[in-house]
Amino acid sequence: MAQTAQAEAAHHDDHPHGLRRWLFSTNHKDIGTMYLIFALVAGVVGGLLSMGMRAELMEPGMQVFSNPEMFNVFVTAHGLIMVFFMVMPSTMGGFGNWMVPLMIGAPDMAFPRMNNISFWLLVMAFTLLVTSLFMPGASGTTGAGSGWTVYAPLSTIGMPGIAMDFALLSLHLAGASSILGAINFITTIFNMRAPGMTLHKMPLFVWAVLVTAFLLLLSLPVLAGAITMLLTDRNFGTAFFDSAHGGDPLLWQHLFWFFGHPEVYILIVPGFGIVSQIVSTFSRKPIFGYLGMAYAMVAIGVIGFVVWAHHMYAAGISVNTQAYFVFATMVIAVPTGIKIFSWIATMWGGSIRFDTPMLWAIGFIFLFTVGGVTGVVLSNAGVDRSLHDTYYVVAHFHYTMSIGAVFSIFAGWYYWTPKMWGYMYSETLGKLHFWLMFIGANLTFFPQHFLGLAGMPRRYADYPDAYAGWNMVSSIGSYIGFAGLLVFLFSIAYMFAKKQKAAANPWGVGATTLEWTLPSPPPFHTYNTLPRIK
Amino acid sequence: MAIFHRALTVLAGLTGLVLSGPALAGEGKASPWEMGFQDAASPIMRQITEFHTYVTIIITLIALFVLGLLIYVMMRFNEKRNPEPSRTSHNTTIEVIWTVVPIFILVAIAIPSFRLLFAQYDFPKADVTITATGNQWYWSYEYPDEGISFDSIMVQDADLKPGQPRLLTVNNEVVVPVNKNVIVGLKSNDVIHDWAMPSFGVKLDAVPGRLQKTWFRAEKEGWFYGQCSELCGRNHAFMPIAVHVVSQKEYDAWVAKQKSAQLESKGKVASIEK
Repeated sequence: MAQTAQAEAAHHDDHPHGLRRWLFSTNHKDIGTMYLIFALVAGVVGGLLSMGMRAELMEPGMQVFSNPEMFNVFVTAHGLIMVFFMVMPSTMGGFGNWMVPLMIGAPDMAFPRMNNISFWLLVMAFTLLVTSLFMPGASGTTGAGSGWTVYAPLSTIGMPGIAMDFALLSLHLAGASSILGAINFITTIFNMRAPGMTLHKMPLFVWAVLVTAFLLLLSLPVLAGAITMLLTDRNFGTAFFDSAHGGDPLLWQHLFWFFGHPEVYILIVPGFGIVSQIVSTFSRKPIFGYLGMAYAMVAIGVIGFVVWAHHMYAAGISVNTQAYFVFATMVIAVPTGIKIFSWIATMWGGSIRFDTPMLWAIGFIFLFTVGGVTGVVLSNAGVDRSLHDTYYVVAHFHYTMSIGAVFSIFAGWYYWTPKMWGYMYSETLGKLHFWLMFIGANLTFFPQHFLGLAGMPRRYADYPDAYAGWNMVSSIGSYIGFAGLLVFLFSIAYMFAKKQKAAANPWGVGATTLEWTLPSPPPFHTYNTLPRIK
Repeated sequence: MAIFHRALTVLAGLTGLVLSGPALAGEGKASPWEMGFQDAASPIMRQITEFHTYVTIIITLIALFVLGLLIYVMMRFNEKRNPEPSRTSHNTTIEVIWTVVPIFILVAIAIPSFRLLFAQYDFPKADVTITATGNQWYWSYEYPDEGISFDSIMVQDADLKPGQPRLLTVNNEVVVPVNKNVIVGLKSNDVIHDWAMPSFGVKLDAVPGRLQKTWFRAEKEGWFYGQCSELCGRNHAFMPIAVHVVSQKEYDAWVAKQKSAQLESKGKVASIEK
């Protein structure tokens, strides 16, 4: 890693206050903070929705929802909120904005004002989505119950009310927010690295954000096109997805998944970067195989664009098309494996400390592997024939998302919290949070593999009695995980109450990136003089 | 030490509990606490099950390998046992190994995988042809060669007879003869639905504006159930599929009965409209 030059001590800066500081922010740290608070609120909302679903599914029969369509609305809102309003704002909006300029020695992002509009667009998008829950959807219900995948024609003729249109407009704003953010990150990373910091000297988290930004830039416009076509089918008489008038429902699926597959890499690649920083810091060793790690992320991103139809094996695509996508999807396992082994090789020979951030990172390495290998199973169209649209798929993506991405976010939180707020968190509460989430998430999602194999379909409000056993276990697991969330919320309040001051570098010699040379918290403006990297 | 023994006992008990929920042969639906596929009732499902077992063994070994490495690394290279970290950050040999070995493993998976996939699309000559049409929220079936058609609607909990499974029982089930090739054409009258039969290893979307087809050959007689597998609205969970596999003789008798019943009902309708 690059040698660092000490940033100068913060002298008194004149910074704005009140509305000017927050509503009209042009400061990457403040915007990052707002994103993190936003993601936390959205995460709690998304989590409560999932609690509602697990409460319903705890026993056979309908106990919680009088209208099964409302269950579908919960399924949809949970997915959209967690993807667009929790994971992406945490990793890119939150940690990306906070740490990328600090790590490359830039005084702020390339377009500080556009950074602000990215954030507030997201707030508007979330407002539209929450509003949609109270607008008419399918007949007799409020809210859009199409699933986050919004398949036509369920999302056209099946959902006449304006809830669906509100949700689609929400996606437009969220997409615009991310596209602008991507432009900002790419420009910043390419043009504003401090003198001496070549691309091959950048921290891996910056590489991760760069790869993710390209994925966003190239995939979101396709989503935008697709949801515009859906809006015109719904409201302006077009027939893109209406076979009776020359359209094809499968066109929606191709367009959606062309975005949708890169989207799942968008959700996890920043997490890869966070884990790299943490594993290196707490093993007190540089990351093993830096170039391999950086280019593995690039490879995952590039290949991620040509595998989308593995989501469509049962839709009616031809056997030869399926065969191609089986092959392409399996290829992604290779760069992913390189990363897993490189993290372990980083720890090998290291001097490891098991502080809370490292627990989350190690948990990530093992559990993301579990999620990843079930992905290898699903990539085979022959066996996906039986597993498509079952709980096996739900288990797979919750292992990679609810465990993978979420563990990486909590890892980043505990790692960078002393830097961002200047306070140390409580190690006891952090570890309690970790173990509750670890046990809770595994208990929730591991049995779902069994449910899927046994044939339980997904997006079901009720199920045949045989599936009751594992569903009960899964629901209990979800309550334990929720307890972990409550501990987390308490730990934040506790930290801000205790105000135990954090050093510039609380992590020791293993923390070699530039942000650890700055005070905790850093001054409003950093790098008024550019650091020089050797 | 005592705690360790107690934990082991609990673990053994749990394992026993978990592994003691096998599927009963020929049941055609899941058993309580089932951990694997339902028993195969078609050659394709047998092949799917075998392939899945094969891949699952491979991925379990890989996951355990990663876990083993992590546990070793945590125990051997923690701060106390290794106060001085090494600076090693490269080793070309191992980087080549962990790139090439996964490729070999993937090839070992891909070969039977493609064989399975192409077997699923190797349509045999049809003995029986049916079309299943998805509606919100029930299936309707036609036997075009026999001139039979009927709707298949889920039986509500209150109307179930003893022994009929909840959410799986329908008023009119699909009947097919055992050991015969059945081609299933799929259509939809409204949104996308999906016709799935776990015991036969069949799953295909019913897309409006398309006629797609799949096939199966049932090797056992009995009752087999599936459920709609593409989100289709409010009662997505309440439009099951039931297939009754019977001997050729019983099937012929059923077909004859259906034909005469439909002629009769057509007659009744005609006589009402004077």
